[in-house]
Amino acid sequence: MDLTVNGEHRTLSGPTSVAELVSELTHRQTGVAVAVNGEVVPRSTWAARALDPGDSVEILTAVQGG
Amino acid sequence: MGSDTFVIAGEELESRLILGTGGVTNHAVLEEAIRESGTALVTVALRRIDPAAPGTLLDVLEKAGVRILPNTAGCYTAAEAVKLAHLAREAFATSWIKLEVIGDEDTLLPDAVELVSAAQTLVDDGFTVLPYTTDDPVLARRLADVGCAAVMPLGAPIGSGMGIRNPYNIALIREAVSVPVILDAGIGTASDAALAMELGCDGVLLASAVTRAERPGEMAAAMRHAVIAGRLAYRAGRIARRLHATASSPVEGMPTW
Repeated sequence: MDLTVNGEHRTLSGPTSVAELVSELTHRQTGVAVAVNGEVVPRSTWAARALDPGDSVEILTAVQGG
Repeated sequence: MGSDTFVIAGEELESRLILGTGGVTNHAVLEEAIRESGTALVTVALRRIDPAAPGTLLDVLEKAGVRILPNTAGCYTAAEAVKLAHLAREAFATSWIKLEVIGDEDTLLPDAVELVSAAQTLVDDGFTVLPYTTDDPVLARRLADVGCAAVMPLGAPIGSGMGIRNPYNIALIREAVSVPVILDAGIGTASDAALAMELGCDGVLLASAVTRAERPGEMAAAMRHAVIAGRLAYRAGRIARRLHATASSPVEGMPTW
């Protein structure tokens, strides 16, 4: 399944939830936010939200700034 | 003198100094700056996660026990800022947002029209909105009118270290709104922070002045003292400025020769 994660093309081997994709990128659960195709995905629905081919996923966290 | 608490949206903060993390070179420096500044509220930006990043900024902030104030830095439209604010609320479980909607990348000055629009939307969405704004008292009042929990006028452009270019406008903003006024951007050194407080600001938000100082920890301590001193001086009521001298020693009782 091909999709875009943080602006980069990515191929996933099989069905993947938002929660599974997040856990591949960080050990943190808090301090992370996800948008799929421009819509915010609440943390409480990460496990249930399956990713589809072609999805554009943004996974964000805190960096220095302000 | 009565108690002098600093309250934003019903929440009391133990320090009137809000520390930005922009420009910090490493986590050890940030830890020291937070400790020496005495701050209780620290800003962060929200960006794409970097799986290779060593440790995380959040670990440092959690260890320091400070509250997080996410910002919408990098947004040029109200729509972008609103989206990023919602992501920040999801990420950090806080409805507080430092709202930045920038008008151009050279000056990084706020876009007033987009700013008010975004502020209105976010207030309606239940956010505690702390907008970075210009030193225009009318705009500050408009932001307060739409329900912002504070207004954060600039002293000078972000990162410029130029201090407070129009102190009279900052004093006018203090008169124009009843919500807290936080001087945000332009602070270069401790006297700038003290001046902000002497003008009646309720707090100061600064980043570069500390993070890009030669010795950030020492500057953070200087800022802590400056904010406290400026606030005390404001409350103490300064003497009027006079063109001519007023003798401080008694005239009576002088001997004659």
